[in-house]
Amino acid sequence: MTTKNLKTNNLNRRDFIKAATIISGSSLLSACANFGLNKASQAPLGRVVIIGGGYAGTTAAKYIRMWSNGNIETVVIEKSSQFVSCPLSNLVLGGSKSINDLTFGYDLVKKNHGIKWVNDEVTAIDLSTKKITMKRGEITYDRLIIAPGIDFMYDKLPSLESTEAQQQVPHAWKAGWQTVNLRKQLEAMPDGGVFVMNVPKAPYRCPPGPYERACQVASYIKVSRPKSKVIVLDANAEIISKKGLFTKVFNEMYAGIIDYRPSNAVTDVEVASKTVITDFDKISADVLNIIPPQRAGKPAQMAGLNNIDKRWCEVDFLTYESKLAPNVHVIGDSVSAALPKSAHMATSQARVCASAIVELMQGKMPDSAPVFANTCYSYVNEKQAIHVANVYRYDEAKKIMVAADGGGVSSSPTDIEGDYAKAWAANIWSDVLT
Amino acid sequence: MKNDSFCFKDSCFKNWLLTLFFILVLTSVSFAITAKATEVLSSINTLSNTPHIRTLAASCAACHGTNGNAAAGNAVLAGMNANYFTTQMLAFKDGSRPATVMHHHAKGLNVDEINLLANYFSQQKRVANVAPTSQQLKANHDN
Repeated sequence: MTTKNLKTNNLNRRDFIKAATIISGSSLLSACANFGLNKASQAPLGRVVIIGGGYAGTTAAKYIRMWSNGNIETVVIEKSSQFVSCPLSNLVLGGSKSINDLTFGYDLVKKNHGIKWVNDEVTAIDLSTKKITMKRGEITYDRLIIAPGIDFMYDKLPSLESTEAQQQVPHAWKAGWQTVNLRKQLEAMPDGGVFVMNVPKAPYRCPPGPYERACQVASYIKVSRPKSKVIVLDANAEIISKKGLFTKVFNEMYAGIIDYRPSNAVTDVEVASKTVITDFDKISADVLNIIPPQRAGKPAQMAGLNNIDKRWCEVDFLTYESKLAPNVHVIGDSVSAALPKSAHMATSQARVCASAIVELMQGKMPDSAPVFANTCYSYVNEKQAIHVANVYRYDEAKKIMVAADGGGVSSSPTDIEGDYAKAWAANIWSDVLT
Repeated sequence: MKNDSFCFKDSCFKNWLLTLFFILVLTSVSFAITAKATEVLSSINTLSNTPHIRTLAASCAACHGTNGNAAAGNAVLAGMNANYFTTQMLAFKDGSRPATVMHHHAKGLNVDEINLLANYFSQQKRVANVAPTSQQLKANHDN
């Protein structure tokens, strides 16, 4: 072969590569224009669509891509363009974190794992034709994962239904501007003012969360509004998570600040006067924070999967497939389970579901005995934290996940657990978002 | 030649057979032990990559990063020596190594699971942990 021939061959090869790039580039472009996702998937094992880009949905997308070696096309539909972490958001109320410390983009996880991302809102789910309709397009799926988080049940507290009412009386139970709003109201509260908050009847998102919130508000009050207090109206008969630890913290660290009242369900709210009504009391607040009762997020309701008390979704704990709809899986806070609705739990469920889907789409059996861990930290002030940790194991007889022996809680709040809680956040954010 | 120099007496022959038998048994037992060890080792290698153990291992990611590649502050499990992993976990399990949280996990796991996790993490490639960059919350974020 002469030098000239070699050059020509190289040129030809280069031209060929260039042409191929143009072709694949243009098909990519057209795929972006109409998503190309209303047609059957070209991926070897098909397409999984995931509704919801929170802890559960994003984790499922990443691990399906990883464990299928990219052989399953994965599409996430998320209406927000940013991920705002609920874990650590109570620290925004205490003042040791800003909401911007907890806000992230999806760029890295999308790029690193080849996840297709649609920033849109689901308006309809047709299970019979396997089609999702959004405000700006349609998508078909081979398997669907619904990871919508929670929805508030305003039929129980109709006076809080409007956006205006929620500005006056924030829930701050989905992190974002609601959290910022509540912090601003706390900062504007006069010394001697009363902060009233509630704990909804379990199950709800993040069992220790309301008690952690009471501590964070109290830690701010203790330093900046020493004549003020926090009244906690708990719909439950007792503190339902880390009870011994929170009781001790309420009585010692925040003696005279936190006034904890069990079995005090909120029955109504007068928004204008920030007055809360319970079976026993009518309490006026300077700042009122009402966390409404919750149910599975709206997309789960659209698909009609919230069959337990019309609130939560019943699933098979080997696959997280809905008991009502084949090829449709539900993960995270929407699941009906004797498991805490925590971020770590959402990611653990997401990985079991992802692993099962990767096996099922290859015609294999999923793991018949999943085991996973859950660790949940709560900050009692700006630097000390406490934990609850358990291993959960599938019980073949009961067909549910059961806490293994050996789990438990901290002996007391410590600085070192505050550091571990920070490391937990750094690691789970890195795992979910990169 | 005396008979007793080369024993063909009935009882003597029996002893000889018995010895031969023992040699054979011992040899086969030692082969069996070696085979068993190889089998256990290969079953650990296989089981480490099953959906069961990859999912359990992945649930450690909340504190120890994807595939054990932790952010600063927590132990990096990726590429950790399997014996070291097992020894530490067993020490958490029996309380001989004090812990704030790890004893609550170690006690919930059985020894087989600890061995499989040790092997799984020892095979993971060590890569730098990447932190996502935090950003300003946009004005149009919906809550």
